[in-house]
Amino acid sequence: MKFGLLVNEGPFTHQASDSAYQFAKAAIEKGHQVPRVFFYFDGVNNANKLSEPQSDDRNLVKLWGELATAHGIDLVVCVAAALRRGIKDEILAEGFRISGLGQLVELGMAMDRTLTFGD
Amino acid sequence: MLHTVNKSPFERNALYTCLRLAKKGSAILLIEDGVYAALADTGMSEKVSSRMDDFKFYVLGPDVETRGLGDSTLIDGVTVVDYNGFVDLAAEHSAVHSWL
Amino acid sequence: MSDVQTDFDIAGVKKRFAFINRKAPYGSIYALEILEMVLISAAFEQHAVIAFIDDGVFQIKKGQNAKVLGMKNFAPTYRIIEDEKEDADEDDDIDMEWRIVVEEESMTARGLTADDFIVGVEVLPSAELTDLLDQQDVVLSA
Repeated sequence: MKFGLLVNEGPFTHQASDSAYQFAKAAIEKGHQVPRVFFYFDGVNNANKLSEPQSDDRNLVKLWGELATAHGIDLVVCVAAALRRGIKDEILAEGFRISGLGQLVELGMAMDRTLTFGD
Repeated sequence: MLHTVNKSPFERNALYTCLRLAKKGSAILLIEDGVYAALADTGMSEKVSSRMDDFKFYVLGPDVETRGLGDSTLIDGVTVVDYNGFVDLAAEHSAVHSWL
Repeated sequence: MSDVQTDFDIAGVKKRFAFINRKAPYGSIYALEILEMVLISAAFEQHAVIAFIDDGVFQIKKGQNAKVLGMKNFAPTYRIIEDEKEDADEDDDIDMEWRIVVEEESMTARGLTADDFIVGVEVLPSAELTDLLDQQDVVLSA
């Protein structure tokens, strides 16, 4: 089964990004695919490579990038939401790309299941 | 349809609205702060316990443990699942509706 | 390392999308950014239910004035959704059913009637909205 995820919130402030990450990881371990995760609203902040959590805390930006690279997940950050929040190519973390909101609609159309993680 | 509720019923009306608008026979999974709705003997327990005949309730174990509720009594009839169970529920139902 | 697929085969796909609005406008950005989502989706000619539930009903209330606080005046944009819906209803060549719905209980609990809204809506009792939402393939909420 193909799962598409929508992540509405940034790392740390809400649990949404953690929950989405844990879901994606479990789905892949069970043999499913997670072809795309779309980051919208404050979710675009998950793509900020300048994020520097404390050493004893998880690094969500890196975790997403590593999961994506290992399993071919398309991590898409909405351009309009990103610009509003100052997320631009020059600070984009590994594994993410910036694209249009249409990519979310495509996700809904192409995936077997779409899940939203937010506040 | 699988419904998820991620906020505490003491904080938000998401659970209340979900219970009003979820079709009977649906599955409702409590995640993140939503797990507090699964606790027995609170002022909100009746919201879930009174609808046992209408819905199949689940609660995400890792969120329960993280919040120190692992030894707490949960409402009778609520099934604890892990993330594998969450994935299975999402796969088994036609779609997923997240009440935020 | 796995290759990332960025193009999906969506030719001929027609799904039922639901956009769930439950939050008041201005106190957070969810109303505005969901609206942007709905507008983009028109290009894909999918079926959609744009639902206003709980405080979401305030998003389409008449008389908003974003200028007072220098915020973005996005309320008039809801009329574009109404236009898209009407175009789809009138054009036999477009297979796209859009419904703009308000939950009756949410509306009356907040002292509103259908006349208070900037767009034409279907006011649905909870039971009817329940059945409608249960039929959707993709539910996007915020």
